[in-house]
Amino acid sequence: MTSPTVRVQAEGFDPAKEEALLTQGRRDVGAVVAFTGLCRDEDGSLVALELEHYPGMAEDEISRVAQEALSRWPLIGLTVIHRHGLIRPGEPIVLVVTAARHRGEAFAAAEFMMDYLKTRAPFWKKERRIDGSDGGWVAAKKEDDAAAARWSSDPE
Amino acid sequence: MKAVYFAWVRERIGRAEEEISPPREVETVRQLVDWLAARGEGYAAAFANPKTIRAAIDKTHAGPDAPIASAREVAFFPPMTGG
Repeated sequence: MTSPTVRVQAEGFDPAKEEALLTQGRRDVGAVVAFTGLCRDEDGSLVALELEHYPGMAEDEISRVAQEALSRWPLIGLTVIHRHGLIRPGEPIVLVVTAARHRGEAFAAAEFMMDYLKTRAPFWKKERRIDGSDGGWVAAKKEDDAAAARWSSDPE
Repeated sequence: MKAVYFAWVRERIGRAEEEISPPREVETVRQLVDWLAARGEGYAAAFANPKTIRAAIDKTHAGPDAPIASAREVAFFPPMTGG
């Protein structure tokens, strides 16, 4: 069975390099889906996001969700990277790459991973504003809960 | 057991972690929240709305009715906003 690559790190990453690692030397991969989540500047008001995480649980929880994705779809490869610490607008926060024989499972598994990451992985975002003020903690969105919930009622 | 706090729960309580010894009658996550909330102003503020509190026992998500008897580490935090 495919074993997922899961990394929780402060450093940045190169999505193209991570994607290449999943396909190099292989001839059975027909589809690769790569999703990169980036830090927005919120119309120029944000100087950075500070991402707090629960060390240990963050890795464990992402691995649990990755195993769930592997049990639902016949993936050839799966890589998930999530950063913590200070992240500035334009920088990547999260990466999900899925490799499969066909695009359907690659798209679905990547979307599933992101929906579950947003609601189950122990990360919290604090906004640092350009005027020096503390923008406070980003609130969890109901839409993210709804997006994650649809996978439990409709496994495909 | 060790209690650990994250994000605004940590800020309101004023510390990231501590050793706690709840009495024997505190058996579930919900009861532990009530017990912690009674420890002082910061705790009361952190746990003012139990609906906005998530918990994990030994780094696994745990619901309000989860038993805490064998827990080594209990964590409290707001709903997650990663991704």
